[in-house]
Amino acid sequence: MRREAETLGEALRIRRKISREQIETISGVDTAKCMKCGKCTASCPVGEEMDIKPHQFVSYVNRGEIEPLQKSGSLWKCLSCFACVQRCPRDVKPAKLIEAIRLTVIRERGQNYLSPDEIPQLLDPQLPQQLLVSAFRKYSK
Amino acid sequence: MQKIGVFVCHCGSNIAATVDVARVAEEIRKEPGVVHAEDYPYMCSEAGQAKIASAIKEKGLTAIVVCSCSPRMHEATFRKAASRAGLNPYMVEIANIREHCSWIHKDREEATEKSVILARAAVSKVNLDTPLQPGESRVTKRALVIGGGIAGIQTALDIADAGYEVDIVEKTPSIGGRMSQLDKTFPTLDCSACILTPKMVEAAAHEKITLYTYSEVESISGFVGDFTVEIRKKARSVDMSKCTGCGVCQEKCPSRKAPNEFNRGLDTRSAIYTPFAQAIPNVPVIDREHCIKFKTGKCGVCARVCQAGAIDYEQKDELITRKYGAIVAATGFDMIKLDQFDEFAYSQSPDVITSLELERIMNAAGPTKGHLEKLSDHKPPKSMVFVQCVGSRGQTCRDKSYCSKICCMYTAKHAMLIRDKYPDVDVTVFYIDVRTPGKNFDEFYRRAVEEYGVHYIKGQVGKVAPTEGGLLVQASDLLDNRQILMKTDMVVLAAAIEPDPDVRRLATMLTASIDTNNFLTEAHPKLRPVESPTAGIFLSGVCQGPKDIPETVAQAGAAAIKAVGLLAKDKLVTNPCTAKADELLCNGCSCCARVCPYGAITYEEKEINDHGIREVRRVAAVNDALCQGCGACTVACPSGAMDLQGFSNRQITAEVDAICR
Amino acid sequence: MSIEKSEFRPKIVAFCCNWCSYAGADLAGSSRLSYPADVKIIRVPCSCRVNPMFILRAFQKGADGVILCGCHPGDCHYSTGNYYARRRMKLLFSMLDFIGVESGRTRVEWVSAAEGVKFSQTMNAFVEEIRSLGKNVRLEDLRCRNS
Repeated sequence: MRREAETLGEALRIRRKISREQIETISGVDTAKCMKCGKCTASCPVGEEMDIKPHQFVSYVNRGEIEPLQKSGSLWKCLSCFACVQRCPRDVKPAKLIEAIRLTVIRERGQNYLSPDEIPQLLDPQLPQQLLVSAFRKYSK
Repeated sequence: MQKIGVFVCHCGSNIAATVDVARVAEEIRKEPGVVHAEDYPYMCSEAGQAKIASAIKEKGLTAIVVCSCSPRMHEATFRKAASRAGLNPYMVEIANIREHCSWIHKDREEATEKSVILARAAVSKVNLDTPLQPGESRVTKRALVIGGGIAGIQTALDIADAGYEVDIVEKTPSIGGRMSQLDKTFPTLDCSACILTPKMVEAAAHEKITLYTYSEVESISGFVGDFTVEIRKKARSVDMSKCTGCGVCQEKCPSRKAPNEFNRGLDTRSAIYTPFAQAIPNVPVIDREHCIKFKTGKCGVCARVCQAGAIDYEQKDELITRKYGAIVAATGFDMIKLDQFDEFAYSQSPDVITSLELERIMNAAGPTKGHLEKLSDHKPPKSMVFVQCVGSRGQTCRDKSYCSKICCMYTAKHAMLIRDKYPDVDVTVFYIDVRTPGKNFDEFYRRAVEEYGVHYIKGQVGKVAPTEGGLLVQASDLLDNRQILMKTDMVVLAAAIEPDPDVRRLATMLTASIDTNNFLTEAHPKLRPVESPTAGIFLSGVCQGPKDIPETVAQAGAAAIKAVGLLAKDKLVTNPCTAKADELLCNGCSCCARVCPYGAITYEEKEINDHGIREVRRVAAVNDALCQGCGACTVACPSGAMDLQGFSNRQITAEVDAICR
Repeated sequence: MSIEKSEFRPKIVAFCCNWCSYAGADLAGSSRLSYPADVKIIRVPCSCRVNPMFILRAFQKGADGVILCGCHPGDCHYSTGNYYARRRMKLLFSMLDFIGVESGRTRVEWVSAAEGVKFSQTMNAFVEEIRSLGKNVRLEDLRCRNS
């Protein structure tokens, strides 16, 4: 069993290398379709906060550089709101890529960060439904 | 038995690299009837054709097969070569071993094997070929141009200057098209109306040109050289022969709520109107949907004020039928609807406009009399944002997959004009790529940046939100790798252009092919760019693909010369591959006539000598001038009497057999 | 030979109309979009030229699949030819179905002159299907078989 205190960085050291093909298979995204217009970053509600912007996710995966993405803070900044998926003119779906990379990290750590049992305590009538859906997308494997 | 010669082309390395051409020649030599087989690097070259000619003469060949590129490419070349050597040109068959073999297969063994099979199929077919004699049909020396924009006007002028009669059919009340809506043109910044109006006047005054404005093509029948077209002249409710174009009716018209199409609906017009001041013909039209007289029966102001007595509320649509030798499609384009692009808030804020709307706003005859102002409060903007590629170059259902081609340049033009006239206005352009292929185009774009200080940012706008005191624009700057949040007063969207929606109906009438984006397809993308695959139909302007004014005018001229080339002929050689009924087998059942799309089959009572028995029978007769050789009748015929020359039942069966052998 | 003898190589006949599908096949060629060499194309002026007898003949002679390609509905060069073809093939296919020939062996597809990609995809998919169906044994006339 892994220690609770184990940091993300330490976990990464034991990770086997993930390839572009793996990410593309998990996400169902063809990164070659990207025409580098930047609409994803332009649409992103947290784009300002991200260290690696959504459009860079596409080109990083395209080059097969998955590790920097796994270590990036953007991975957890993404709200899974899917605005980029909605607006991408080439149907590339950057949010799905981010989700796939997040999944590789979560799987490696072997943990779910959110279980359905916790929902009732977290529930706030003010919260939009999408937030819960997004939270599930982000924090469970 | 035919004496067949087979000629295998290397096409340089195009074929020879994947197909063992020598082996194909060797294998095909074993086929019955083949008396000669050879391979040569370029069969279509003069030397190659000479080889064919000498083989025909020396060996007394009665039929030849050329294994080369697609028959759509060089069938005509080889037929001519055969004809020069004294062989009937229809005794030539092509085995397509380039497009259908060498270019798509990598394995040499596999490709060679397939080439041999394709060659065998062609040999089996040519074995059953019979010499055919093409017929002749006459050419009506008159051309029809559909669409009265700059493309249509230029084509009509060029055809008329060559001495042929031309009719222009335009669906709006005036010729001029999209170009008449433009303010200035790139890259010279000369005023659009100043260069277009003289051409419009010239077209109207030309003795060889007849204008049918406010008219639409109703139906088209016939074929190259002999089209019959029905034109619907919609009721103008104004007598064109009496109207003097004084304009009093428009001033006095009490109905003023109709959206002004010419100004893209940014203001309103009267119910009786001419679209713009320089309209040709300068005769107004009553818009019956908005006219009070037509809605309630009570008004008649225009009839009362008209000194010439030209107003005619009783006027009806008129149908005109005319014959034409050639038809030119010049139907133009429109901008896409933006209701699917709500992230740009086009429907939410009057300050988000399309570039064509900006064109009208900048124009002195436009809704703001040429003053740049926000449509929400009529105040001048302090900053403007241009968004490129709205709906172009996408792959989702709301996008067009192609580049609209003109947007980069007109945006540079707009930005430059605004900075020139209103130096205080800050202009930012968000682009994906700036595409400026064209004479003096890149220099023009650089001037916008360097001399006029327009900010170009590589990135896209993700969202426009209308807020108190302006529009909030969220965008990306890919070169600085940051997200931008900025306030602006106006957003201009470079919406994609699409072919006029009517073009689909027109293409069906013309039996011209159309691509998935509704652009009319050219006969060959490189070598026959202004002709439709359907003979006698020519393409002018944006109906074929996005293009700017210089390109449109160039293509219009090219389409005109192609049409003139056709009209200059007195007779056309018709395709001899027509249907033919075997009188001994025909039982006169009419099945074939029912499926014929051209009405080419009639029946005649004819005395038939059926193996010594003479009797009068009802038999089918095919009119060779009308038959286009589709073959629908051959399959419909229950007795097997109907056959298609050049693609006979026995020939196709022989091909099938050769392939399945 | 690079292809193993044991591998099933189907015989496939493709009837392509001159104006759309044949041009589409040419475009597939000039765009270098590959499809298996098992497909052999016969050029006909229009899809309506294809007599159902040609298709039966192909099967009799040992073809494993027959595909008919024409212009998209409404785009026929002869205005209505492909509609006739569609109806005729519908009848033929229901008859083939009745006598127990797998329906996957025959197909009608609309491919325009601009759809090189579609042509190659269609052919790849069709060959794939025929390969999975295996040899045509029901309709082949053994007397027609060579050696």
